[in-house]
Formats: sequence, structure tokens, C-alpha cells
Amino acid sequence: MSAALKVVQPGLSTTVQDLGRIGHQRFGIPVSGAADPTALRAANIVVGNPETTAGLEIALTGPTFEVAADSARVAVAGGDSDMQVIPADGGEPRRVPALESVRVTRGAQIRIGAVSGSAVACFVVEGGFDLPLFMRSHSTYVRGGFGGLEGRALRAGDTLALKQASAPERGEVRLAGLDLKPQRTIRVVPGPQDDYFTPEALATFLAATYSVTREADRMGLRLDGPVLAHAKGYNIVSDGIAPGAIQVPGNGLPIVLLADRQSTGGYPKIATVASVDLPALGRVSPGHEIRFEAVTVEVAQALRREHEARMAGLAAGLEPVRGGALDPARLMGENLISGVVDARATGLVGA
Amino acid sequence: MARLLASGDTALVVEFGDIIDRDVNARVLALADRIAAARIAGIVEMVPTFRSLMVHYDPTRLLFAEIKAHVTGLMQDLSAVQHAARLWVLPTCYGGDIGPDLDDVAQATGLAPDEVVAIHAAGTYHVYCIGFLPGWPYMGDLDPRLALPRRENPRVKVPMGAVCIAQNMTGIYPLESPGGWHLLGRTPARMFDRRRRHPVLLSPGDRVRHLPIGRDEFDRLEAMALAGTLMLEPEVVAT
Repeated sequence: MSAALKVVQPGLSTTVQDLGRIGHQRFGIPVSGAADPTALRAANIVVGNPETTAGLEIALTGPTFEVAADSARVAVAGGDSDMQVIPADGGEPRRVPALESVRVTRGAQIRIGAVSGSAVACFVVEGGFDLPLFMRSHSTYVRGGFGGLEGRALRAGDTLALKQASAPERGEVRLAGLDLKPQRTIRVVPGPQDDYFTPEALATFLAATYSVTREADRMGLRLDGPVLAHAKGYNIVSDGIAPGAIQVPGNGLPIVLLADRQSTGGYPKIATVASVDLPALGRVSPGHEIRFEAVTVEVAQALRREHEARMAGLAAGLEPVRGGALDPARLMGENLISGVVDARATGLVGA
Repeated sequence: MARLLASGDTALVVEFGDIIDRDVNARVLALADRIAAARIAGIVEMVPTFRSLMVHYDPTRLLFAEIKAHVTGLMQDLSAVQHAARLWVLPTCYGGDIGPDLDDVAQATGLAPDEVVAIHAAGTYHVYCIGFLPGWPYMGDLDPRLALPRRENPRVKVPMGAVCIAQNMTGIYPLESPGGWHLLGRTPARMFDRRRRHPVLLSPGDRVRHLPIGRDEFDRLEAMALAGTLMLEPEVVAT
């Protein structure tokens, strides 16, 4: 029998994303990919996937799925977003916190309510979705109408085929101590066109507090705050745009360019966000306040290497859920005595 | 001389100038070729633009000082090497309802509509770079007699395949999109077609000519393009 998740409610904007469509920017193809790649990578680690496996990126309001597979192992990550698993027989729903794996069975519903503590959450399935690759990526680029599921956000009635027909039974795990919340201080490397601004503008940019406006999406964040004066005009001959480039158009207000940014652009870029802090910018909502702190490129690279070392250590830090082998007393209390019955009743097996 | 700048900790910009110039662009493309040939581990991708090359790299594999040293070494004796280019001849239907700005362009330039078409179709255009939209070619240089600023009121919807001009550039819309360029006509050639193995038709450094065709021929070729059976092949020319 085929294995799938049926989309009961699509959520406000739920798209398939992986770590990006890398290697085609010279053809004008945006990189796209998860706005919060740390959340996607961590969620994949929790269900035992390679970190690059595509998941669903959920904005603000989450989707509801019906499990149309014998079983599937899923997890959600982002801020402190959780999900509810509602068993097929209408039994008690069970809340599953962020960064915790759960095995769900046929007919159960998975409900991801409001995304909490972040603008986005990622939802992943062990084995991943069975979708066609486009230009070697699963990432959805809605403006171009390609990638993911037919190049668009999910709709009610969609069916997301799964690569794995069922999820093997094993102990479920959780990942503790990973902060997936927005942060106030964002480190930047000045340039590449900081010489297009007055010294006062550079000082203001680093001293002021900027707030995220309502014009905030996967392409970028328009910020509000002190106006930055250009020293030699604001039209440059288009050049490349790095992830996190902060361009300043004629109105003097910075725009931070994120996952769905164009590959080239024609405004001077006062600074570029350090790659270690880019995932945090994917988490911000309108009204969030940001201060920029200048670091050298060498410091930014050292920070990124530390971050990657932490990410590489995440799998080793997975903890068994419900005590497991670490807590035999609790295991006896919950799993063996009432847990098995509960697990079946709630659509969860091996939890 | 070129400037090597950090754009954050994951990209290096090699800036050859701040103007639109064929020699500058040729050096950008020549450096991209050299870096690609050197197969440096840790380089993720390169984006040539009019006047600069952006090298995206993985900072866990290459430090800024290391990639800067690699690229500086490869820039020695860099010249605008002449190499073979691909020449694409794109059938183009000018004027009428599919070239709605032809008469306005004629009026603004003091030329007859036929002359505008003849001048535009006489050019062999150089693809400086691809950007703005998936597959959008920035091509030049346009004959100065046709140079106009962008439209004051950009259109909300420009159809796929629209052949258009602004300032000293000519372009082709790869997707339906908003746009402010002057629309002279349409080509059935798809700049971007996700059904193809290589969805984007043109590459930086390619050459493009427009071949005027009538409306009947346009409709016939457009039907083929819709069906996915319009196959265009470039010829290879010395530059």
C-alpha cells in the first residue's frame, strides 16, 4: 500500500524546503531552502534522517495531516512549536513537544497549531517525502512556481507521498538544549559596499535598533529605524548577492536578503550577516527588534566553525523519551504497565 | 585594478569595476572559467555579473584568507581571453498586440516603427549575466538610437517571452512578471522551461540575435513551445 500524509488543513503557508537549490545562481535561480536551516537539520537528526532531507517549512499557522501509511516517524522543530497527535479512534490527543520524535500510525491526525517562539517551524518525516527533484533540490520557490510540491504552498486535499512505507519500531528520542528562538543581536561583516555610505551612516547602522516591518517574507526583511545616508548614490551596477546581504535602497532603510533572494541586485550593501546568525533571522516576525554588531570575516568564520562543530555533536546528545533505558522505574511505571495500552489508544506505537 | 572584498563569511566578490563594459565583463567571465578549471575544494558556486564575480564558498572548508590567496593567484595575467561563444538566433515577432510599446518607442526615438525593428534585429547581443528572474538575460549593447529610460509606469503583468529594451540593454521575460521595460515583441523561445533538462536557455557570455518573423509563424512556434517541442540549438562562433 502506498504511504502518504494527506493534507487536511494546509496552514497559512506550508512549503517543502531542503537546504537549498545550490549551484544555479548564475542562471538567476534563487537558492531558497529552509529559512531556519538549523531547525530543519535538528529535526532531521531527531528522526534519523540525513540533515539535508527536505521537510515542510511552516509559517505562523501549522497544517493538519492524516496519516495514510502503516506508520511514520515525525518531528517538529522551531521556536517551541509542538504538535498534537490525535488517534484514529478518537482517543485522547497527545502533545508532542519540539525536537522529539514520535511514531504515528494509520488514520491518526497530526495537528501543528500556531507556530510559537519563532516565525517558522520545520516538520520532517523519517525517510522524507517522495517528490521529484528540480535542479537537484526539493526547495519550493513560489515566485518561480517550481520545486517542492508543484512549486506552491500546500493546499487542503494534497497528498504528500512518503519514501518509507512504515517506520521501524525503536525508542523515540528528544534533543534538549538547542535554542531555536530569534535573537536581538545579529553579527555582521561590514561591506562589500560600505564605502557607498557616510561614516555617520555606518556608525548609526551599528548603534541603532531596527525593527522588522510587515514586509518580511522568505525573500527578505525590510527594517525600520534611522535612515542611512549614501555617500555616492544608491544605484550601483548590479552585482552578486550573498545570503544575509543588507542592501540599502534610496529611502535609506536596510533590507536583509534571505533564502528566496534574487541572485543579483543593484543597491549598495552596507554589511552582510554572519552566516552563524542567518538561521536566527529566519525566525523573526514583524515588530522584532534587531541590533547589528560588527565582526571581522575571520571572527564570523570562527563562529560558523564552532556552530558546525555543535551541529555535528547533536546526534550524540539525543536522549531517550520517557526515561527509556536511563530510567527503568519510570519505564516500568509508564510504558509497561499502562503505556502500551495508552500508546495504542493514542495512535502511538513504541513511544 | 580589481578589488577582492568579503561579502560576509561565505562569499568573496572580485570587483573589476563599477561600469557596464564588455572588456570588464569579459574579464569577469575569464576569471570564472579559470577558477572553475582550478577545481578548488570548498567553492560552492560562482555568479558572474556585469562587472564582478561572486564566489560563494563553504567557510568550514576555506577561510577568507585562503580563498583570497587562491583567487589572487589565478588573476595573474588575466586578460579578456577570446573564446568561442554560443550564438542563439531567436525568432521574434515585433509590434502589434504582442509588441505594445513599439509605436511609443518609435515616437520617443523619432524613428519609424520599421526602423526600430530593423535596428533592434540588426544587433548581435552579448549576454552579460543572468539575474533578476530565473533565466532573465541582461543583453547589450543596444544601439544608442534606441536607448530610453524604463517606463514611468511599470506593467503589473508582462507576458513570458516579451522582448524588451531599457537604457542600453535588451532582455527577454522568462516568466510572466511585473516589469518596466519597453515591449517590442515576443519570442516563442523559452528562457526558462522547467520541463527541459537544462531549464535555463542562455548562459553568461552567449550571443543572441533576433530574427523577425510574422504573426502566423509566431503562433505556429508558440504552439510548439507550449507543447515542449520547440528545440533551439545554438551555433558556435568565434568571438
